Amino acid sequence: MNDPTRPNAIALHTRDLTVAYHQKPVLWDVDLDVPEAVIAGIIGPNGAGKSTLIKAILDLMPRATGRVELFGKPYAVQRRLIGYVPQRESVDWEYPINALELVAMGLYRKIGWFKPVSRVYREQARAALSEVGMADYADRQISRLSGGQQQRVFLARALVQDALIYFMDEPFAGVDAATEKAIVDILRRLKESGKTVFVVHHDLESVTEYFDYLIMLNMRVVAAGPVDEVFSSENLRRTYGGRLTLLDKAVNAVGRTM
Amino acid sequence: MTADLILRVVLLTDYNTRVVVFGTVMLGIAGGVIGVFLLLRRRALLADAVSHAALPGIAGAFLVMVAFGADGRSLPGLLLGALIAGLLGMACVSVIDRYTHLSEDAALGIVLSVFFGFGIALLGVIQKMRGASAAGLASFIFGKTASMLRSDAIFIGVSAVAIVVVAVFLFKELRLATFDPAFGASDGWPVGILDLVLMALVVGVTVLGMQAVGVILVIAVLIVPPAAARFWTDDLARTTVIAGAIGALGGYVGTSISALAPRLPAGAVIVTVMGVGFVVSLMFGTSRGLVHVARERHRLLMRIREQNLLRALFECEEAGAAVDTDRQMSYLGNARSYTGAELGRALARAERDGLVRRDERGVWAFTNAGRARAARFTRNHRLWETYLLEYAESAPSQVDYGADFIEHVLGEELVAELERVVEREGRRVPESVHTLKRGPA
Repeated sequence: MNDPTRPNAIALHTRDLTVAYHQKPVLWDVDLDVPEAVIAGIIGPNGAGKSTLIKAILDLMPRATGRVELFGKPYAVQRRLIGYVPQRESVDWEYPINALELVAMGLYRKIGWFKPVSRVYREQARAALSEVGMADYADRQISRLSGGQQQRVFLARALVQDALIYFMDEPFAGVDAATEKAIVDILRRLKESGKTVFVVHHDLESVTEYFDYLIMLNMRVVAAGPVDEVFSSENLRRTYGGRLTLLDKAVNAVGRTM
Repeated sequence: MTADLILRVVLLTDYNTRVVVFGTVMLGIAGGVIGVFLLLRRRALLADAVSHAALPGIAGAFLVMVAFGADGRSLPGLLLGALIAGLLGMACVSVIDRYTHLSEDAALGIVLSVFFGFGIALLGVIQKMRGASAAGLASFIFGKTASMLRSDAIFIGVSAVAIVVVAVFLFKELRLATFDPAFGASDGWPVGILDLVLMALVVGVTVLGMQAVGVILVIAVLIVPPAAARFWTDDLARTTVIAGAIGALGGYVGTSISALAPRLPAGAVIVTVMGVGFVVSLMFGTSRGLVHVARERHRLLMRIREQNLLRALFECEEAGAAVDTDRQMSYLGNARSYTGAELGRALARAERDGLVRRDERGVWAFTNAGRARAARFTRNHRLWETYLLEYAESAPSQVDYGADFIEHVLGEELVAELERVVEREGRRVPESVHTLKRGPA
């Protein structure tokens, strides 16, 4: 829920965030101040460091320099405030686990060390599955789900984390239109209840429809701010370079919002 | 070999056999349980490198113990040496993998072969030493269960129980760390440490297995039973239990066979028995076994063929072509790409299933059951077709021609709307014989 004593708090603050692997920096000097209760898109060309940004914020990847704060406190002490949806390809879908057990992983933190997943938690996981329209698939082994269904299960796992800030790495990649719509509905619901959501995204045409905040990335932050302020053809050119087809698409997309 | 001897071995009345069987069964259980997580973590070959890397540790421990005037063949001492060298080998793999451009498979190959080669060289040195009896050390290469003492078996048993207990307590944590370490780390779990714990358990099993099956084959204890278990279930807890059971069975049967034929090395026989278990699982596993998969596939084909035939017959009636044998046969032949023989077989099968029968004119007609089923298939098919047209983007992930009632998938409302669309196009939708069942949500 929104804290009324803290209107427009800064949900995510990064200063001077630089990430390097194999002797090569992949993200430089990322300075961000993202307010709470927004759906923030992270866009940029392939290799721009979109996933890397999320992983560096979440401490999944060593940072060369820089500071990350959530609601004004260092990430390390605020860790329980975050929820994460990794890229779908990052796990082995042949793993012997069903949809319900996968969702329950989001509750492990609450359950604590050594204890098995008790009935109460299984019911919570089941409720989250219903929320993403997957109640009927609870017992199904995850390789027997379609791509869109797998993505919904991932989303349900993040929902049970009951976080304040969500990071989602390409949740729309390779999903069917019905799933895309279901995900967008959930993003909006999260936002309405005061949560902040970061979404790595590829499709420029849906940017204005889905997001109200935008981070345009190409190894550095090209522009970050409310979508209607930063989503311009000038910024798109600076993010994606002068590639014609892309620019046409982008100009169309920008044109529609004007 | 007498029946009496066989009976004595199988029933474990023989003291020595009993000791060895206990040791190998416990080893099999621990290997099966831990191996499940090792396989899921995709680190099977790392365990192989670790076990090979342990050989110079055994030789080194022998030399150190002799140098201090102790008995060079004390098992705990040798295993400690194996443990240290194995961990060192594992550390080398991860250092090479992380800090150089070489990939992990190269690192594994280097560590495995160089450590093992060095171990063989050390054994050669020991053999040349005067006064030091190196007898028995070479048995660590292929294993020698016969040399297992009561104390050794108890040591293996206690360690195996400890290893399994750790895995049971950390079941949920190991599942998280092996399935989605990035998510686990983001959620605050020390996945790096959990990974280390898993690897330590793997090294533990490896070291325990050295005496029984040898450094070369011990990897099989960790890999074969879990791989076999996967054919029987899609549930992790059950996979673990089945893998432990196959491991135990391998230990029991393998040891018994080698007790009956003392010239057969037990380690090799145990691994071979586990291999038989793997092949049986691969063939007959009830979840992913080849026979099961083939049977499912066959069932699907039969269902599709039956649906197609019934639908063709139904449409034949609708078209008014079911009046005499010739017209019916030519309609069916045109409707689907049947050859005459295929059509005959399909009709014969449907007749056997009580769906169709021939009337006095020789024309094929539905039985009551057949008509109901044909109407349902035709209805589902027409509605799905329309659904695909109307909702082209979202449909492919939802369309399920095999579903008994389209209403179960799409809901009553949407189906009613589709019915209107089909009828607007001047086609008929056979009525649903389906009475709505409200299942649990």
